[in-house]
Parts: sequence; C-alpha cells; structure tokens
Amino acid sequence: MDYDQARYSRDDQYEPLLAEKNATRVEIDEEDSPLPDELTRDAVELPDLSEPELARHYTRLSQMNWGVESGPYPLGSCTMKYNPSFTEDVAADPNAAVHPDRSARSVQGSLELLYDLQDYLARIGGMDAVTLQPPAGAAGEFAGILVAKAYHEANGNDRSEVVIPASAHGTNFASAAMAGYDVVELPSDEDGRVDVDALEAALSEDTAALMLTNPNTVGLFERDIVDIAEMVHDVGGLLYYDGANLNALLGRGRPGDMGFDIMHYNVHKTFATPHGGGGPGAGPVGVVEELAPYLPSPRVRERGGNYELFDPEESIGKVHGYQGNWLVLVKAYAYIARLGDEGLADSSAKAVLNANYLASQLDYEVPYEPFHHEFAATAGDRDAADVAKRMLDYGVHPPTTKWPEFVPEAMLTEPTEVENRDSLDDLAHAFNAAMADSDEELANAPSKTTARRIDQVSAAREPRLSWRALDADGE
Amino acid sequence: MTRGSPYAPHTDAETAAMLDAVGADDEESLFDIPEDVRFDGEFGIEARGERELRTELSDTFARNRRLTEFLGRGHHGHYVPSLVDDISRRSEFLTSYTQYQPEITQGFLQVLFEYQSMLVELTGLPVANCSMYDAATALAEAARLSNRVRRVSGTRVLVPETLHAGKRSVLDNYVSGTALTVETYPMDDGNVDVDALAERVDQNTSMVYAENPTVRGAIEERLSEIGDIADDANTLFCLGTDIVALGLLEEPASVGADVVVGEADALGMPTSYGMGLGLFATREEFLRQVPGRLVGAGEDAGGRRAYTLTLQTREQHIRKERATSNICTNQAWVALRTAMHVASLGPDGLVDLAKRCVTDAESLAAELSDLNGVQAPVHDRHHFREFVAHTDQPAEAIASDLEKEGFAVHVVGEHELQVCVTDLNASKTDELVAAFEEVL
Repeated sequence: MDYDQARYSRDDQYEPLLAEKNATRVEIDEEDSPLPDELTRDAVELPDLSEPELARHYTRLSQMNWGVESGPYPLGSCTMKYNPSFTEDVAADPNAAVHPDRSARSVQGSLELLYDLQDYLARIGGMDAVTLQPPAGAAGEFAGILVAKAYHEANGNDRSEVVIPASAHGTNFASAAMAGYDVVELPSDEDGRVDVDALEAALSEDTAALMLTNPNTVGLFERDIVDIAEMVHDVGGLLYYDGANLNALLGRGRPGDMGFDIMHYNVHKTFATPHGGGGPGAGPVGVVEELAPYLPSPRVRERGGNYELFDPEESIGKVHGYQGNWLVLVKAYAYIARLGDEGLADSSAKAVLNANYLASQLDYEVPYEPFHHEFAATAGDRDAADVAKRMLDYGVHPPTTKWPEFVPEAMLTEPTEVENRDSLDDLAHAFNAAMADSDEELANAPSKTTARRIDQVSAAREPRLSWRALDADGE
Repeated sequence: MTRGSPYAPHTDAETAAMLDAVGADDEESLFDIPEDVRFDGEFGIEARGERELRTELSDTFARNRRLTEFLGRGHHGHYVPSLVDDISRRSEFLTSYTQYQPEITQGFLQVLFEYQSMLVELTGLPVANCSMYDAATALAEAARLSNRVRRVSGTRVLVPETLHAGKRSVLDNYVSGTALTVETYPMDDGNVDVDALAERVDQNTSMVYAENPTVRGAIEERLSEIGDIADDANTLFCLGTDIVALGLLEEPASVGADVVVGEADALGMPTSYGMGLGLFATREEFLRQVPGRLVGAGEDAGGRRAYTLTLQTREQHIRKERATSNICTNQAWVALRTAMHVASLGPDGLVDLAKRCVTDAESLAAELSDLNGVQAPVHDRHHFREFVAHTDQPAEAIASDLEKEGFAVHVVGEHELQVCVTDLNASKTDELVAAFEEVL
C-alpha cells in the first residue's frame, strides 16, 4: 500500500498556530465593565479568527493526525479497537446532558443506566460490587488501592507494601506510591510470568496487595493464578487485577473466579470508547462483597423501582469531584449492550486469533508464548524505535516499542479484533519491510508522515510549551 | 450478522484460513487458561441491534425530567457552538491515541499546544499541562506538588471552610499517602477572611488555596493580599478558577498565584453530569514537578517546527513509583473541544461572555430580592454567574416546589438557595422569578 499523510507546510513550519494567524488584545476598561477596575484584569489576548478560518484550521489539523479509522493502530496494551459511531449519537442525547447536583428523582434515566452498567461490569468481571467513579484506569488503580488500605486499616492491620511485577504498567507503581505504599518489585521468571518463588519471598505480613495484569504485558496467562491468589490471601493480602488486558479474556475467564478481590476496567480499551487523543477514559472498579463497604461514594442502587445514590458505609470518599466521566460510561454501556454475551466472547476470540495470525506472518522472533491478545516481538539487533519510525512509512501505526523492558528491543503488538486478514497482512508487510530496510533508511524515517523525525531530546532540553514561549524565542 | 461481534470483520472462511496459518484447530485452543478458572461465557447480557439500542437509550434518558437548570457550584454549562461538536467528532481526532508517535499525530499535538498556550495567556503563568481529570483532581495534584518542591517545607494545606465537598474528599484522598494535612480557614461575608487566614499561615504551611469566584459565586476582593500572605510564609498560593472567569477577573499571575487549577470545561462541553477538564498551570520553576502530559515545540529532520510530548521523565511510564503523578489517560479530547470553543469566542467573545456572567447574576439576584421572603445576594459582594439567596421559608421545600414547576436550583443551607445563570438559561429568568412567586 502506498501512503502519504496530509502535510500543510510553509517555510519552517506546518500549519501555523492560531495565534500566528491572527490574535487581538482586548483591553478591559472600567467604563464598560460591570466590575470595578481593581477586580478585573487589564486585557485579554487570544486568537481572533472567523468561523470559516477555524473550520479550516481544525480540519487541516485533523488530517495531520492518525486515528483508528485511518488504519491499524496496534499499540500493545492500549487496545485501539474501532469505536462504533452510534455510541456517539447515544451519548449526545440532550436528555442525558444533566447537572450532577440534580435531585435523584429528576434523573432516574441516568441513574438507571449507571445502575445497569454497574451490573454489567460486575457480571463481566465476576465481581460483587462496582463503582463507576474513577475517570481513568490509573484513577481506578488508585481508588482500588485506597479500598485495600481502608479494608486493612478497618481490620487493625497497618500494612506498608504493595507487590508489583517488574513487567507491570507504570501506573501500578505510581498509584501504589500515591496511596503511600512502598513498592516491592517482582522479577519475571524465565518464561515471562510471575516467579512464584520470588513472590513467596516478597510476600509478608506487610503485604497490602499484589497487583497483577492477566494476561500479563506480553500476553501470557498467569497459569498459577489460583496458587498465587492463595499465597497472597494466606498472608492476609488482597489480589488486585489491572484490567488493561481484559480484552483477551471476555467470556473465557473472569478475574473474580481467579481469586482477585479488586479490579479496574479500562472501558476505553475493552469497551471501545474512543481514546480521544489521550482521554477521556473511565476506570470503574469492581470488588468482592467484603470490600463493597469501602467503595467510593456515591454508588447507585435500586429501591422499589426507583434508583438512588447512596454512600457505602465505610466509603473511602471520592476520587473525582462528581461521578466520573459520564459520557464515556454511556458509550461503554451502549457497546456492551450492542455485543451481548456472544459478541463480547467473539471480540476476545478474534483479538487472540488476530494476534496469533499476525505473529505467524512476521520475520521476528516472539520470545514469549503462548500469548493471547498481544505479543512482544523483538527487533533483535535493530533499534525497535527506529523500526517503528520506518513502519510509519508503510501506512500503519507501529506497536508500542521498548516495553516491557525485559524483552530486548520489544515491539509490543495488539492488533485487536477489528482488523481483518487483509489489514493484518498490510501490518505484517510493514513490520517485515521495515526490518529488511537498511540502517540508513531506518535512520531517515519517517518521510511519509506530516513531520519528519522529531528531535525529542532537544525539545526537552529547552522546553517551549506555549506560543508565548515561541515568541520570546524569536519564532 | 447475528452471531459474534459486529465489529470483528472476519468471515468464516477467513477465520478458518487464519486458524490454519497458526496451526490451531479452533479459536478456543488459542486460550491458555487452566480449566479450574475457565468461565462458561454466560454473562446474561442480551445483544441488541443498533436501532433497538438507540430507541432503548432514548427512552431511558427521557425518564430524566426536563428541568431548566440554574445549577453551577463547579460544573457549568454554556452554549457550545456547532463547530465544536462537528469538528471534534472527526475520527482522526476522536479515535486517536496518546501521541507516542509524534510524526503521525502532529494535528492533535498542535491542538494541545494551542490549548496550553491559551491557558498561559489567560493565567499569566508560563506552564500549563494538557489536562487533569477535573478541578478536584487538579487541586489535589497542586497540593501534592507543594509537597515536592524545594521552596516549601511545610505540611499544612489550608482550604476555605466552604470548599466543595467533592473537592475536599478528593483532596483528602490524594494527600493520604503523604505527610500533608488539610485544614480549613474561615470566610467573611463570602470572601476569604484575610485576617484569620494570616493568623493560620505559618512556615509549616505547604499551600494556601483560594477561589475566584468562590463556590458561592462571590468575586474575591483581596487576592493580592492572600498571595502576599502565602509568599511571606514561603508557601504556595494555589488559585482555583474557571476558564470563563479568567476572561475578566484578575489575572492569576498578577495576584501572585503559584498554581492555577479549576474547571476548563465550562467551555466546550454541555453539562455532562460532572465530567470535567482539570486546568493546571504553574510557574517555570516547578516545571519538572508538573503532573500530567506536556506538549512542547521542537524541530523535525526537515528543519520545520514540530510538536511532541515532552519532559516525559516526570511520568509514570518512565519514572514508575517516583513519577510526579499516576495519571496516564487524561481529558485530551475535552481539551480539544475547550480550545475550539475559546477560539470560536475569540478575545471579544470571551470577555463579553464573562461580563454577562456578572450582569446576569446581578440582575437575577435583584429580581429575586424584590420578592417577599427572599434576600439576594446574601453576600455583599460582586458575583460571577451565581449567588446565594436567603429564603424565609425552608430552602429545601422551596427547591422541591420549584422542581415541580420545572426548575432546578441548589440548596446550600437551611434557608439558603444558590442560583446560577449562564447564556443557556438567561432567557428563562423571568419564568424562574414567576415560579418563585408561585411557590413562596
């Protein structure tokens, strides 16, 4: 496939900034201000453009951007699947656009949807109770770890450590640390899974929780999960499930059945809500019955046909000012309802099939098997980041590179269920062609994207973070 | 297709050929899940068609009563131009990921750079990140930042006694793993009690938080003094505001704010049950302690200016437990919509909108105050968008009666209602006043 990304450029820049097109400084004078001078600012300087100019500006910028609807986006652990159009229309319903301080009796429809989504997620995860409040996966982790902390404290048990495999997502470490825990890092064993002996050594009366992703970040199922759960529970700890890779398991395994006590769901991954260039997401948290009293407040319950908000008895309080990312939750509900049991199960089947098929077509070593929805290929003696830049020239988005770190020159690839065989073949071609290209071709890549290779080191050395900073710099 | 996912495009023949290529008999054999934790696949969730679901959910949401909302207190709706809805839904924006490959995602990076730039203009502070989840988490992250910076050594975080309960709870949770403690200071007729605050601030204070406008809608009159008090004690001054207020009220940098937080989605989003966009801006000296993502300008191999995520060594995917925050997924697409709305307004439009927030609130307060049994505003201050009204009758009963008449207002005390007016409901204020007359 031949491919060139749109490129609007002039001289030493691409599309000029809004402020470079036109900006105006508006003075705020006391005569025509409703406030005394000392309570107002002197002036506001902002871009000043007409609607047609803005429409063109943003349309051009969109053309210089890559989305799932542009082509394959196989970022490992990110689950970039197609976002069904109808979910946007559902979320745009004006009756759903209500203020969070409305009385419960006047927003029964919204509460019903939240209640039903709590129920769907509990069934999917094998959990007993769910909060929808955390606005992203990392916020879910933080909420989940706070629940664990509250539970231990209520049992007169001050524990100080959270155990996390070295291969885990960076958020796990950061979330545990934010909650005040010391992080104990667990090495992977030779086949890429939790090293049970190392785990045994790491667990103690100080262990508050073990955070695990299953399948893990190279797509391997933790086959010893039942034993692991028992080991953690034996020392009085809790088992936390990072839901980032749930798209591998739908209909085949549920964290609750494996002995997990707490989990978060990444609805922007598993349940196809759009990533929006970095967010918003939503990170609902499910727990077993014993932990339900500690969940964030409020939750939704049904009483005699009416829906109401309530505060769990021992609630940790809040992790978001209101109820989280409402519009994202609506889209997730619509997606789950559209698929139902069979559709959800089929998503995982095809996600796993696609990963296996794609790997089978690659001239790369894949050191860890049997993987599920994602796999870590290695670029061997090539630089994975360079190979990825070259892949851009073949009309695909490359995988996650150089992570997880225990795989040398890792290319962590997750095609998801939405690619058909032809598009997987295109992806495989991009992988293989890039690998066969010369070092020079790799170093000069990409050339078909809007921008050529960007010097990130110098951008970080002298950070310029606004058009004001560019101005000061003489640009 | 009735079986399987409508969004997995495989034909049976394709599936068979792919299974063949990987040497598997069937899809199930690809799952390496021990028998004792295998699940039978029955969630009990029935699949529905697209049209069916649209009807179902439209019926569900129709069970929300259509009330004219005079609600604010941290979540505000303004009219959003069609351009914002239309272009923000372009799939290249909506369906893209975080910009890990900047060469192919210049468009979104530029949008975020422009969003940061607008916040820099409006706050007067040189560094703005490209979003936190909401105002509450932005405030909480500011407190955590105060605990990391060298200039500050204290552990006390001082917040107004009127702080929104949601913000307070989030703040308490975010500092629970640190040495920080949260304490309140009193208010005086709707503004910060500056003398009482001065008494409470000491060298062991990490951060002083104040809001403009306050949660009760009053415009703060002695911000510079608050900034000075914080500065004298070597403590951070964190100012909470929102993006419309920034268009008219005192510039945060000019009153000595070290960090500015608040809701930015008063522009760009409809009221969405509290979904937010946390704005976060600060001084250059705290750059390397900033939570969340930053977009910077650099250069590409062709010598052209290009944008990229930068200073990523602050972040969780590199720094892990030593990261400045655990945030990964943020509110980027909301930031896109907010930036588009600000650009649509332009400087005149933003200033005019902000002025209306003052005049509309003032005139509605005056009209309500003309009624028997209502005094508004209760604070002898200027107000922005909203104000508190004293009611002789119990506020709860009035609010409940108003709801029957089709209006929603806040109950904030036994005899206190809070009323918020924006361009969305300004044309309905006469009806609201009439409804008040009816129920009083």
